Amino acid sequence: MANVLAVTEQRDGALRKTSREVVWAARQLADAMGGTVDALVMAASGVDAAGAKLGEVGADRVLVAEDASFAKYSPDGYAGTVAGVAKAGGYGAVLVAATAAGKDLAPRIAARLDAPLASDVTGVGIEGGKVAATRPVYAGKAIQQLRVDAPLAVVSLRPNAFAPGSAAKAGAVSKATAVAASRVTVREGKAAEQGRLDVAEASVVVSGGRGLKGPEHFALIEGLAKALGGAVGASRAVVDAGWRPHAEQVGQTGKTVSPQLYVAVGISGAIQHLAGMRTAKVIVAINKDKDAPIFQVADYGIVGDLFEILPRLTEEIAKARAG
Amino acid sequence: MRIAVCIKRVPDTETRVRIAADGVAMDENGVKFIVGPYDEYAVEEALQRRDKAGGGEVVAIALGPDAAQETIRSALAMGADRGVLLKADRIPADALAVAKALAAELRDGGYDLVLFGKMAVDDYHHAVGPMTAELLGLPCVTAVSKLELEGGKGTAEREIEGGMEVVEFALPAVLTAEKGLNTPRYPALKGIMAAKKKPIEVKPAALGETRVAVTALGLPAERKAGRILGEGAEVVPELVRLLRTEAKVL
Repeated sequence: MANVLAVTEQRDGALRKTSREVVWAARQLADAMGGTVDALVMAASGVDAAGAKLGEVGADRVLVAEDASFAKYSPDGYAGTVAGVAKAGGYGAVLVAATAAGKDLAPRIAARLDAPLASDVTGVGIEGGKVAATRPVYAGKAIQQLRVDAPLAVVSLRPNAFAPGSAAKAGAVSKATAVAASRVTVREGKAAEQGRLDVAEASVVVSGGRGLKGPEHFALIEGLAKALGGAVGASRAVVDAGWRPHAEQVGQTGKTVSPQLYVAVGISGAIQHLAGMRTAKVIVAINKDKDAPIFQVADYGIVGDLFEILPRLTEEIAKARAG
Repeated sequence: MRIAVCIKRVPDTETRVRIAADGVAMDENGVKFIVGPYDEYAVEEALQRRDKAGGGEVVAIALGPDAAQETIRSALAMGADRGVLLKADRIPADALAVAKALAAELRDGGYDLVLFGKMAVDDYHHAVGPMTAELLGLPCVTAVSKLELEGGKGTAEREIEGGMEVVEFALPAVLTAEKGLNTPRYPALKGIMAAKKKPIEVKPAALGETRVAVTALGLPAERKAGRILGEGAEVVPELVRLLRTEAKVL
């Protein structure tokens, strides 16, 4: 029997969506191991850990470690706190979301606990008493199955890959020890535009490529993304051309995304791009070339001039969502 | 300034993956290997920092098979001073084992800065850099897209979801490079010729026990064949209808 520690993530005092995914995945793993789930919340004072209702997605206990320095992500503080809690708790696995912070945090935890890491996994379970994971490699061109041969595994979970169900557990809140050491200082971040979604986390992504003909036309992509409540993505070609920031790049040297809906506009579908988005649930492609490789992976395609199609699509989507 | 830059031999990003006969690895026949694209930003940054400091040494370190000497040679051609190959028949899936071998090499190296790419484009771990930093007890900033160094202190910017973080640290430190940090140079012919004479030290990688086993490698499920609904803007209402009623994503 081994318990599972689910490391949640908050920003500005609110738990991020991936936190529920991590707790839910921890629940499944704990049930397979016959253990319990502790959800760890690290925050400055005042986070509403009870209000987050982590019991609903499977947390038996919610441990809250508070320190003034935890308002923002503190690499050493968070890693030290998780390692401290993990050492004290007799866990078989520590789960973290593979967000920007989680990708930084998970390896640090693994090193501090001398526990192997399975990173950015899309599936996790128990095989022969050991933690086993499924993860895309080569940006999704292949799928790897791993087995961790150690009593404790650190696992980071790809955002959007685990859909939380419901599990009525107590989710009782108690205090945990915060370790506020830091070798680096995170100064105030530069927030992007209010409400802007990140391409790796959004459930809808609208991406543009060379077919847009110029950076000024990305307003069309932004308009459609807004109508769908999604994030803007970009192909490598337009990022390399300096039209869009690298933060938006989808593909093998950018982000690998798994949204519910991926709309590729004016993107031909180079192999390194396809690798980054092929795990989307539904793919829509709009391209003037009917032979473009993107149509081979698209569930629905429209051939034609994106400058005519996009405004119409944005309008129809807005109507459909309003109605 | 003494700078170590840790690089990895990876398959070219245009590679079509085939599964090897053992069922756990990629078939490397006919595959072109390159320096990790993010590692190139790390190499470039190391060279610029060395030159700006007016001297020092850039050491390119790779863990991998004999063929990784070519990877090191590419970094030497860009301008690194010497190379170290930590030889292992296969690069293990256990990132912590790799980090331990690198940390053992770096520990007494007297480096002011240790640079990595933010991730390898084959295994996507994002892990070996920060793990190595932890093992060495050094400050670490990952996915750095902008860097300033001044008098033993540094300021780095890193991307987070929906914004940037500004992080301050003291040297020595471990940093991992994000795209946008700089523009990697292409090796000039002179650099390529000079690289042939630069030393590469080869020694066994101190991997220790590897505790992550790859039990299978497979190709992703083929997406079921899609359909082209038609041409032009008049097809849009049909698309919206299908997204709503068939795909149920609206």
